[in-house]
Amino acid sequence: MSEIFVYVEHFQGIVSDITYMCLAQAQQIAKSNGGNVVAVLLGHNIELLSKDLFADEIITVSHDSLAEFTYDPFAAVLAKIIQDKQPGLMIFGDTSIGSDLAGGLSARLHLPLVSFCKEIKAEEGKLRFVAQICGGKIFAEGDLKECTSLVTLSPGKFKAKDGKTTTTPKVSAYSLPAFEKSRITLKEIILPSGEDLDISKEEILIGIGRGIENEDNVSLAKELADALGGELCASRPVIDQGWLSTSRLVGKSGKTIKPKLYLALGISGAPEHVESIEESEMIIAVNTDPEAPIFNIARYGTTENLLDISKELIRSIQKVKGG
Amino acid sequence: MKIVIPIQLVPDRVEEIVINKEKDGFDLEEIAWILNEFDDHAVEQGIILKEKTGVEVVVVAAGGEKSDEALFTAAAKGADRLIRVNVDFSTEKVNNHALAKIFQTIIMEEKPDLILTGVSNHNGFDGAIGALLAEYLGMPYIGYISGVDIEGMSALVLKDYPGGIKAKMEVALPAVLGISSSEKPPRYVPISKVRQAMKTGSVQEKDGDIDLAGGLIIDRMYEPEVSGRAEILSGSLKDIADRIAEIVKSQGLI
Ligand SMILES: Cc1cc2nc3c(=O)[nH]c(=O)nc-3n(C[C@H](O)[C@H](O)[C@H](O)COP(=O)(O)OP(=O)(O)OC[C@H]3O[C@@H](n4cnc5c(N)ncnc54)[C@H](O)[C@@H]3O)c2cc1C
Repeated sequence: MSEIFVYVEHFQGIVSDITYMCLAQAQQIAKSNGGNVVAVLLGHNIELLSKDLFADEIITVSHDSLAEFTYDPFAAVLAKIIQDKQPGLMIFGDTSIGSDLAGGLSARLHLPLVSFCKEIKAEEGKLRFVAQICGGKIFAEGDLKECTSLVTLSPGKFKAKDGKTTTTPKVSAYSLPAFEKSRITLKEIILPSGEDLDISKEEILIGIGRGIENEDNVSLAKELADALGGELCASRPVIDQGWLSTSRLVGKSGKTIKPKLYLALGISGAPEHVESIEESEMIIAVNTDPEAPIFNIARYGTTENLLDISKELIRSIQKVKGG
Repeated sequence: MKIVIPIQLVPDRVEEIVINKEKDGFDLEEIAWILNEFDDHAVEQGIILKEKTGVEVVVVAAGGEKSDEALFTAAAKGADRLIRVNVDFSTEKVNNHALAKIFQTIIMEEKPDLILTGVSNHNGFDGAIGALLAEYLGMPYIGYISGVDIEGMSALVLKDYPGGIKAKMEVALPAVLGISSSEKPPRYVPISKVRQAMKTGSVQEKDGDIDLAGGLIIDRMYEPEVSGRAEILSGSLKDIADRIAEIVKSQGLI
């Protein structure tokens, strides 16, 4: 088996967890089918980032034009490396950086791409992709072709700790290829403002999804949160409507939560949401669709209407508290 | 200045997503097709830019006649021109590589300054349309966008990173942007206005050749086998609520 490349995503001096998950996936393939795992690290002043990457080799490209991610230089450098080294597979995290790069490289280099990839399975020397689509409701599988395939891997199947090592692998510097002037410039990184609360630290969270239907119903969920001594958070459609502040977004574009209790009201359980609630100690889901993927991760569930349940639950909690 | 917004239909996830008899793809005819949610945001962002700067907005839809509703809804919101690609999703298999090529041809004729499209579609697992399209057109691409402003011949955009972090970037036009959320939520238009747009407006039709070669071949499609499904609580509303309260109490949380 040829080499398995993993793109190393990092932000402000920290390698993203998804990169370690990609390395864990790559290691699993290498174990069954053979082949080396190669981490590809682009940036500037990145020496320290390579120390715990579980790979046989690390290719680094360090230059100040790569100090922060913008599409043009990163795509140009990766295109050159892929053409040069022709790996069997190149794995990116399914993130806002990984999917921009993998999509562009697929078109530029005419390489197949698997996005929403849950897992690459190594079977008798061959590789099969498993993509999780339609918000987690459907899986699609097929064989990967014999050329370099690009993959954006979603979190879920592999653990970050399995992509870490204590022995620093061989590092080889790759010289910066020539590329045209970037058409994109980074102006500013805007960190979320510190106002409002940090949902990643809350112990009791009531998550509201599109099933809440309209803004007026948010107050009922708030009443329930108050009764439980918890806080409200939400899935993306609710945040997009502006019904709760962005700091309360749970999921891929928001925060990861680890509460003792997560009560999910009218949330379908799309992968982009689920990836950030998996560490909750107990999930109770309220969803009228018995097939909703949220029930695959919840411990308890009900298919009753969330408004009816919320009203009744406020009463039940008050009763339990009272007596 | 001109903005082109390519949009497409996707299976409605709220309805049952039917798998074909061969178990290697969707049962296209049985699927309820609706506008891709992120494309709806792209349309909204285009209309917001039109309101701010007076740009011309052209919406190009793939999905066949079923996409007319999405097109005329866009017209009712303020889109100037509508183009429909006659590729019928309920009979023809497509993938994002094929669609990107079809959109490429139309966009090359239209010569827009900016292309806005949804950051992804939940059934498209061979890459996002925007990223593919940008490369086919030789334009820069930025995905996961939650805000766009046009300043001269460049666009100032906000790109989302995990954890609520945003990167403000400037991109030279023409460019392709993958929208994940419009500055403001997509506006609601009453059905009467959509009907009105249907009566008075027109759709330009284009044929598209489907070239599936860039995509993936699937040989197995299935619903996830679930290991630990939730225990579904039964009984009256009161029984269920009491049970939840009990569970929460047993966790020492109230
Ligand atoms: C790049 C990218 C990033 C994303 N980032 C995030 C993110 O950070 N966070 C996030 O959440 N999503 C994110 N998403 C969106 C994600 O794919 C889903 O679209 C989103 O999570 C769906 O939210 P939802 O479950 O509230 O809505 P839906 O999927 O529409 O589900 C609503 C649910 O409510 C149920 N329901 C309806 N009425 C009732 C009722 N009366 N009582 C009980 N149940 C009811 C329905 O059965 C349905 O299951 C992202 C997507 C992409 C492509």
